Amino acid sequence: MEICVVVKRIIVCTKPVPDPKLWDKVSVDPVTRTLKRQGIPSIINPLDKHALEAALSIQEAQGGEVVLLSMAPTFTTSTLREGLAMGADRAVLLSDPLFAGSDTLATAHILAAGCRWIGQFDLILCGNFTIDGSTAQVGSQLAEFLDLPNVMHVIDLDWQATHTMIITQKIEHGYTKLRASLPVVLSIRKELNRPRYIPFAGIIAAESKEIEVLTNDDLRIDPTLIGLEGSPTKMAGLEIRRFERARERLEGSVDEIVQKLVDKIYQYGVI
Amino acid sequence: MDFRFSEREEMLRKSVREFAENEVTPKMEAMEETGEFPTELLEPMGKLGITGVITPTEYDGVGLGYVARTIVLEELGRVCAAMPMALQVHHMACAAINDFGTDAQKKRFLPPLAKGETMGCVPVTDPTGGSDVIGMKTSAELKGDKYVLNGRKCFATNTHTSDFWVVIARTAEGAKGLSAFIVEKDAPGAKVGRKENKFGLRGANTGELAFDSCEVPKENLLGQEGGGLAVAIKTISETGRTGMAATALGILTAAYEQAGKFASERVLYGKPISALQAIQFYMAEIYSQLEICRLLCYRASWMKDQNMRCDNETALAKYYTCEAAVNAAKRAIEIHGSYGIMREYTVQRLLRDAMVTVPAGGTAEIAKVVLGRAALSPFKK
Repeated sequence: MEICVVVKRIIVCTKPVPDPKLWDKVSVDPVTRTLKRQGIPSIINPLDKHALEAALSIQEAQGGEVVLLSMAPTFTTSTLREGLAMGADRAVLLSDPLFAGSDTLATAHILAAGCRWIGQFDLILCGNFTIDGSTAQVGSQLAEFLDLPNVMHVIDLDWQATHTMIITQKIEHGYTKLRASLPVVLSIRKELNRPRYIPFAGIIAAESKEIEVLTNDDLRIDPTLIGLEGSPTKMAGLEIRRFERARERLEGSVDEIVQKLVDKIYQYGVI
Repeated sequence: MDFRFSEREEMLRKSVREFAENEVTPKMEAMEETGEFPTELLEPMGKLGITGVITPTEYDGVGLGYVARTIVLEELGRVCAAMPMALQVHHMACAAINDFGTDAQKKRFLPPLAKGETMGCVPVTDPTGGSDVIGMKTSAELKGDKYVLNGRKCFATNTHTSDFWVVIARTAEGAKGLSAFIVEKDAPGAKVGRKENKFGLRGANTGELAFDSCEVPKENLLGQEGGGLAVAIKTISETGRTGMAATALGILTAAYEQAGKFASERVLYGKPISALQAIQFYMAEIYSQLEICRLLCYRASWMKDQNMRCDNETALAKYYTCEAAVNAAKRAIEIHGSYGIMREYTVQRLLRDAMVTVPAGGTAEIAKVVLGRAALSPFKK
């Protein structure tokens, strides 16, 4: 199929998430009720790697620039470095204590400001959800703030000779094909591709690539829209649920135990 | 002195670990069954940089050096030790050609090796024995513009998966009578012989080569005529021994992980067996060996990267790590009890693989000859 869509810049949103192999080491801050990530090695959210792979494939076919965008503490830059080693051209890290505790809405505000700061773009690719929060909301909220269309559950991308792309979206019992003009925000599922391994040459090349760190001084977002203050999601409480069978010892003579057992059976509506 | 790995090295390890776990693991059953190396992985390993890790960038490698190579081999060996066994020999061919080749030889032979288009192979051992290099019988005689080779090579890794071999043969009597040649597999008179049926490192192809009036162009002489011993010694000592040590280090790492996991999950007397002091002592032995061997392997590789003389250090790393891998695998089996000798448990393979590393690439006894000489040299009168 002829490719005439010219993509000059693709922004790939990536989130560092705690390494699932170490989830038993992750704790929750009892005051802010957010995850305490410090000291836990981070990985790129797995679906974000699929988004990056899609961006790199498009870049290999058509050229253009691939920019990683992340909102995270500065100690997580290794994940951006990994994305640069995979082949992204540059990375922008949005990091400010004011951003801490942001829920999906506040995060989307911050990412949208980051996209505007980066400037003109043709595509924004996100993972469909992150493995730590699993809300699957940020892509759509980001699109809303940028006044762009958003397609979730993307499992295939194709280009038409017009200035549009054909997107295959997975739905419950099949798929839908959609046509979209650029720019558009796409939320990527793992079925789309298989992310490349980090090439050794890419590791070396990444060392000379830039990670631009921006604070709210650069983005100038209204502080009431970000961080805990800007997050309408409030965790009401926190408890550890134990999934154990209820155990009860029935005491007495055999007849008494049998009677108690029959009573229980009726009580719990078994018969 | 900084013992930490750099961010580059940590990312390299992560890259290889992901590749090994995702791509090598599915091949292991077939490798164990057939004894064949999965050549379909050569292309992706070439793209990643595994096959060309020590080859300079001007010859399509990534030129990351020997510490990086040890990381690569250790991580592959953690999953399947046959992979680093085959690859470390591949790297030996890369090193021999890079160290001793002419510009024309490097341009012709290094890029396909670096890109994984073929495998490298350095057959040194004659049927008369590998330790007695100077006593080899395979001969090469210059006739016009060709060398004519006659003889056999055995116990050579990658014989059947290589398009060319770096062969050591005798061109004159004595230690200065050995020469190295790049022999292409379609050379007249060259023939691959039997494939060996080893009990360990099964996925690394081991075989035999036969040369019957095999004609090798004069321009395929590697280094100087009579310089074959230097090619063999330098390649085996620096690249072969560090490679075998890294292979064994991967086995040690796997033994530690398998033993630790089993000890934490297996419940006896109402608690995990890791709570038993006997098991803790076994784990302490494995852990100590692993930590010691990591230091030995990475020191030897680092010295090679610094262009320092490192024959004693590579001999020590090879000898000690291969023996330690055997001991650790045995302990891991003991921790597993009867499960440890069942084929579906990894630890039995680790012992088989570890035992093959001991004689491969230079026996423990030859390493001890080197180390004995080093130990006594300060007292020499």
